[in-house]
Amino acid sequence: MTNEKPLLEVENLRISFPTRTGVTQAVRGVSFSVGREKLGIVGESGSGKSMTGRAILRLVPSPGVVTADKVSFQGEDLLTASEKRLRDIRGRRISMVMQDPKFSLNPVMTIGAQIAEAYRVHSSAGKAEARRRALEMLEAVRIRNPERVYGLYPHEVSGGMGQRIMIAMMLIPNPDLLIADEPTSALDVTVQMQVLAIMDELCSKRGMGMIFVSHDLNLVASFCDRILIMYAGRVVETCRASELHEAKHPYTRGLLDSLPRLDDTRPELPVLTRDPAWLEG
Amino acid sequence: MVRGTSLLVSVALTFLGLLLVTFLIGRVVPIDPVIAVVGDRVSADTYARVRQELGLDLPLWQQFLRYVGDVLQGDFGTSVLTSRPVLEDILRVFPATLELATAAVVIGVVLGVPAGVLAAVNRGRWPDHLIRVVGLIGHSIPIFWLGLMALLIFYARLEIAPGPGRVDVFYEGLVDPVTGIITIDALLAGETEVFWNALYHLMLPAGILGLFSVAYIARMTRSFMLDQLRQEYITTARVKGLSETRVIWRHALGNIAVPLTTVVALSYASLLEGSVLTETVFAWPGLGLYITNSLLSADMNAVLGGTLVVGAVFIGLNLLSDLLYRLLDPRAR
Amino acid sequence: MTVQTHSNAAGDGGLRAWLTTETPLSRRQARLGRAYLGWLTFTRNKLAMIGLGIVLLLVVMAALAPWLAPYDPYTQDLSNRLMPPSAANWLGTDAFGRDILSRILYGSRLTLMIVALVAVTAPVAGLLIGTVAGYLGGWVDTVLMRVTDIFLAFPKLILALAFVSALGPGIENAIIAIAITSWPPYARIARAETITIRKSDFINAVRLQGASKVRIILGHVVPLCSSSLIVRVTLDMAGIILTAAGLGFLGLGAQPPAPEWGAMIATGRQYVLEQWWVATMPGIAIFVVSLGFNLLGDGLRDVLDPKG
Repeated sequence: MTNEKPLLEVENLRISFPTRTGVTQAVRGVSFSVGREKLGIVGESGSGKSMTGRAILRLVPSPGVVTADKVSFQGEDLLTASEKRLRDIRGRRISMVMQDPKFSLNPVMTIGAQIAEAYRVHSSAGKAEARRRALEMLEAVRIRNPERVYGLYPHEVSGGMGQRIMIAMMLIPNPDLLIADEPTSALDVTVQMQVLAIMDELCSKRGMGMIFVSHDLNLVASFCDRILIMYAGRVVETCRASELHEAKHPYTRGLLDSLPRLDDTRPELPVLTRDPAWLEG
Repeated sequence: MVRGTSLLVSVALTFLGLLLVTFLIGRVVPIDPVIAVVGDRVSADTYARVRQELGLDLPLWQQFLRYVGDVLQGDFGTSVLTSRPVLEDILRVFPATLELATAAVVIGVVLGVPAGVLAAVNRGRWPDHLIRVVGLIGHSIPIFWLGLMALLIFYARLEIAPGPGRVDVFYEGLVDPVTGIITIDALLAGETEVFWNALYHLMLPAGILGLFSVAYIARMTRSFMLDQLRQEYITTARVKGLSETRVIWRHALGNIAVPLTTVVALSYASLLEGSVLTETVFAWPGLGLYITNSLLSADMNAVLGGTLVVGAVFIGLNLLSDLLYRLLDPRAR
Repeated sequence: MTVQTHSNAAGDGGLRAWLTTETPLSRRQARLGRAYLGWLTFTRNKLAMIGLGIVLLLVVMAALAPWLAPYDPYTQDLSNRLMPPSAANWLGTDAFGRDILSRILYGSRLTLMIVALVAVTAPVAGLLIGTVAGYLGGWVDTVLMRVTDIFLAFPKLILALAFVSALGPGIENAIIAIAITSWPPYARIARAETITIRKSDFINAVRLQGASKVRIILGHVVPLCSSSLIVRVTLDMAGIILTAAGLGFLGLGAQPPAPEWGAMIATGRQYVLEQWWVATMPGIAIFVVSLGFNLLGDGLRDVLDPKG
């Protein structure tokens, strides 16, 4: 826990989508705060965890409607900020790494050009300077041949490398907060650890805050400082990662119980039974 | 390069098929080709001699081979109307069509692409509806009628468009036909007055023809853009803090540039077709008017020659769009 | 989930419920139910209904022309030539004093004839060629597709021009020429659908039951292709009308004094600057009918082939 003011404060966030058959509530009153720490948001598909991340940057796709009592970043209200102010904040103060570099990188722009663009939009640097900084970032994410990779296209690199490029691109403007939306879900298990290590190193070095959205409870527990568990658009549990085994909410307990352990003596893994009461929670 | 050679083989085969079709059409004609050459008051000897010269006594497949050979050497026969080689006539009139179609395509791209982008970005709102309505109208209006209406309104009533022809009468022949495209030739010769006059005459026919191009290009651009705006990399671009203008025009448009070139090439091809009727209405002396006039005079060599040229250009444009796609898309290399 | 208890219910509420039930009890009920839902979607689309209205209007005009037309379309009245629209002649008269409204009404018969004949021949030919090519594959497929490509390599109007020039002007030849140039896209569609269907399990099942190739093609593959084909044919109708009008304009369609709309524009062309109605009215007719088919086709596409 930090001993300074939190970077981001969210109070009573609600996101709804009008559909032909009514209104779907994707997020129903979520509140949390993030400091210079790693906050994990865990949930299954449909729990609203991804939407929460996107709502912070006001990137919820239309026709989604976002309301909240408060979404403030370093004291500034993000909900009422102008489009221009929002563009200043995106990338420069808050950044986001997305799930699959196959889709989240522009296929017809070279890797170097995309990273350099991320730098130039928030600084007055020229092309040469931006290229230099982009190469530096590529080295920082442990890409061994930065000059060569600079001129490649996204389809010419592997998934793990693509995700590292994504990280480089998102960290080059030096933001204070990074939102990672399932950053390792599209990667092979062996590569996942490498990418996480890089993210950890870079964020800690820069003293950044991180919101790590995932469906993998184990991963989040080992990686993050604090954990938020979301179910059906609500936060059902908040705890420190080290105290996860003391979790109280039956959903969290159900998740924990269904995870296999090396020292397991149970003949069968219990299946999570959902209590409709959790929807009201 | 196996893919490349098989593409060329495919094209060659299609062209051969084209030749077969025109050859067969020529044979279906109820007019006796011998009589067409020598008239109907000849002796049996002369008839037999000419018949042999024309190769009509040979079996059909041999006649076809002769035909292919002739075409590949540039011999499309002689025009009954002008008594000159058909190819010569065609080369004389083709630049006018080229000029018209190119101007129309330019209009199509300059107006159509932004319109399509606008429609996609404003999906469901009035710019989208307006552009779709325009597209629908463009699909339903007879081009020759629209041309006549345009002449009525802009030439007769409002008097802001010039009369028929490519330039005013007293400019005719003033500029050396280097390329046959008067606007370019005028610029090359430094005759700016002629250039502006030619451009002025180009305005209405290219505008009408271009309108159809706009409708098609706008519709395809809109469709491509809607696809792209759904993609994740667009969100990434916004996360980086880029302005919406840059996101759309640099990122999204950059991704549709390649399929758009294909669309433009195909649009060009269909403009060749549209030019037949447009040239007739505006008395524009191009290939379309040539084919039409030859038709009305039953000049079969000229008609088939013209058809062949248009078909060949069509095939060429399709080939070009295919090649461009492979060259320009980084994923296809 | 409601269980349908009255499978043969009569009466309004009963019939509607019968059609929209989620548990139909017979194939006929399922089919009729699907058709009903499709009809509902279609009627909700205002533009599609307008299109349908226009097409129906065309049919009515063509059928009832002798009773609707105020004058005979061929009778000349040279003392009354080139008169502007008036109470006596709602759309004016042409260069021979003939009433333009009557000529347009009778001309709708020619338009309908062209549309109907092409719509019956070209798609059928294309369907047959496409399904045979797609189903048999191999060299049959290659040859047939090569032929299709050759026809697609020509711009339609130019090829039609070439055919008509060879066969001679006249509306029958124009129809043949247009049909010959129209079938390739249908062959393409039919072939694509056939190839998709060919690999599916239920075709294998039918084959195991001993069905012959012909039976499979005609009985199974063809019906499955038909919805996308119907959509495409309707949308192409507009283009066919415009091509036919173009041929008529060039003097290659129906010959004078037949009131073909394209030919009427051609004869009105020399007077367009002063007596504009002679050329304008037939053009409006062509535009409206084409628009109708386009709207109808769009509406059908939304119902039958939404992904297409």
